[in-house]
Order: sequence, then C-alpha cells, then structure tokens
Amino acid sequence: MKYSYYPGCTLKTKGKEFEKFALDSAKKLEIEIEEQENWQCCGAVYPMAENEIAPKLSAVRSLAAAKEKQEKLITLCSACHHVIKRVNKDIKTKPAIRKKVNDYLELDNNYNGDSEVIHYLEMLRDDFTFKKLASKVTNPLKGRKIGAYYGCLLLRPGKDMNFDNAENPSIIENFIEAIGGEAIKYPYRTECCGGYLITDNETLVDEMTSNIIKSAKLNGIKEIVTACPLCKYNLETSKEAQDGQITSVYFTELLAEALDVK
Amino acid sequence: MERIELGTTKNKEKIKELILITGEKINDCMQCGKCSAGCPAASQMDILPHQIIRYIQLGEWKKLIESKTLWICASCFACASRCPRDLDVAKLLEGMRVMILQEKNSKKIDIEKMGRLMTDEKMPQQAIVSAFRKYSK
Repeated sequence: MKYSYYPGCTLKTKGKEFEKFALDSAKKLEIEIEEQENWQCCGAVYPMAENEIAPKLSAVRSLAAAKEKQEKLITLCSACHHVIKRVNKDIKTKPAIRKKVNDYLELDNNYNGDSEVIHYLEMLRDDFTFKKLASKVTNPLKGRKIGAYYGCLLLRPGKDMNFDNAENPSIIENFIEAIGGEAIKYPYRTECCGGYLITDNETLVDEMTSNIIKSAKLNGIKEIVTACPLCKYNLETSKEAQDGQITSVYFTELLAEALDVK
Repeated sequence: MERIELGTTKNKEKIKELILITGEKINDCMQCGKCSAGCPAASQMDILPHQIIRYIQLGEWKKLIESKTLWICASCFACASRCPRDLDVAKLLEGMRVMILQEKNSKKIDIEKMGRLMTDEKMPQQAIVSAFRKYSK
C-alpha cells in the first residue's frame, strides 16, 4: 500500500530529524510513502469558528489530492494531523462548510470528505501492525525507561480524533514495547504542555511543563517520547528539565534506533 | 405560573452571533464544573471555563471580552472532550477571540516579541504560525 505524505512546515525546518527518522524507518520497513506535491502549511491550529473558511482550505487541498490518487493521507506532526483530521470531518458532516469550500476551490471534482487521514503511529498500529514491527526490530531498546507523552492534539476531542482512548491511551506505550523499550505510564502523559502559549505566556507554559516532567521523574522515566515538535520544544525548555535527568525525543528517533537506521 | 426565560435578555445580538459561529447549545450547560476542574491553564484564568458559559447564558458580553481567560486558553480540548453535556468551551472561547480579532486594530500579537522568537534557533515554526493564527486575523 502506498501513502500520500503531508509533512507540514516544521518538519522541513526545525524538525527535520523528526521526518528523516520517519522516512528512513519506513524505507527499512518497506512502507511506501510519497510526499505530496505543492502541499501548503495547514495553519497549525484548527480553525474552530465556523465562519472561518479560508484557514481550512490548505488541509482540503491535500485531502483532495490524496483522494485523486486513492491513497491514505499520512501525517507525522500532531498539529497537522489534528487540523487535517478535523477539517476532513467538517467537510464530511457540515454541508454549509462543504459548499463554501468547494465553491472557493473549484477543484476538478468536488471534495466531500472521503479521504482517510492517518497518523504515522496509526499506520504502524493498524496497517503494518505492532506485531510485525516487533519482528523487524534489530536493535531492541532493552532496559530503556520510556514515558509516552501524548499531549492534546492527537487525542482530543476524542469523538473527532478517534486516535485512541482520549483519557487512557495506550498506542505509544504499545509502540515502545514493540521496539523493545520499557513503557512507563505516568499521570500527566495526556496533559497539555501549553502549546503556542509559549509565544505569549512563558510562566504558564513553565508551570504546565513542570507538572509533566515532575510526574515523569517520579515514575522513573528517563526519556519522554512525543509526536509534536512544539511539545518537544516546550518540554526541553522547561525549567524542570534543565537538570538533564530526562530527555525528550521524537518517536521516530527511537524507531530508527530500533531498526538500526539512525 | 410565570414561565422563566432561559435565554439572555442582554447583548442578544452578540450572543446570537457567537452561537451562530460556534453552533454550541449554551443552555445545555448545567454548571457541573468538570471543564474548570480539568483545565490545565485555570491557575491564571480570571473567569473559569464553567463561569464563561454562565456569563454567556446571562449575556454579560463586556465581562467576557475583557476576560484574560480568552487569551489564557491553550485550546487543549480537555474541556471539550470531557463535558457530560457535549459542550465545547474551547470553541466558545475561540468564537469570542475571532469576534474580537475581526474588528479593526484589534491584533493581540506583539510583533517585536515575535521577531525575537523567530531568532530562537529551536523555536518550531508551528509555534509562530499558531500565534499569528490565534492572536491576529
């Protein structure tokens, strides 16, 4: 199966390694992933107000392009995934938004929300399977105490994202175990890191990230794994992280390490 | 017996517009406070999430648009995911932000500060793009 791939702005700049490890790992696993042509920035935040149509258009362009190729659209960045998944649901379920978007875009074929957008982790869990992944691991991360940090955007709102149980997820823990690490659950793994508030309110972000890192430390975690460049940044720059006891890594970096392509 | 009016009698036009662009059924809120209890940013809020809904029900528009809460919310959707009445406070807050930002000269973004952030070698683009989307139109 071939996938259309949507990278997003950060993965081409500050988060290059996030993408590189993902693509190198996919190659090793013989998963065919092709970057879309002419993709545009998703806008990073989902435009919730229903009178905002323009910020939804770039997501629709990518969804429609994937539909033309009859491929699933795969994402890596949590923010892109959140935006594209929720815009897709809007197009599918809200006729007024669907009409305005199609009137504006004038695509060869109207887009009606038929594409499927999946996150790289969902692809590994549902299409490739973690069982098969475990059998491909050549460098298991034995003895590594790893905590999943889900953050918000992959999980919530649960009824829109359908990623995992929004209150008690397990996909990243199952991923960690598939690549041979020790997955440790801790209470703050689904709490918000503050996200874009870092641009406006460092004090609050520090309070939020400190809660997360303290919670991970109390549970003996040495590495926190994320799927979001902004979560990673906020966690790394938190005052609580400056003692170096805990590092934050992209899930794709651990994957590449386990597959010996790092 | 006299029928009790549930909808607001104050600032009806503004509240009507907010409901139109969010589609939220504000009278469904029973003030249980679950949204406020789970909000990770509540420590800096002057009006808590469940109180925001009550003020919307009461049409207290001035209190709402002057509230710090609008700009403290990180859109993490914990409230939206957990509401037992299927309301989305994050969406209502966004609706109010949009209504404020769509007015002339109402940008909440500090351009000088954004310039400084862009020189941070590790600051992800995602943060800058989000800030422009959330604090300006």
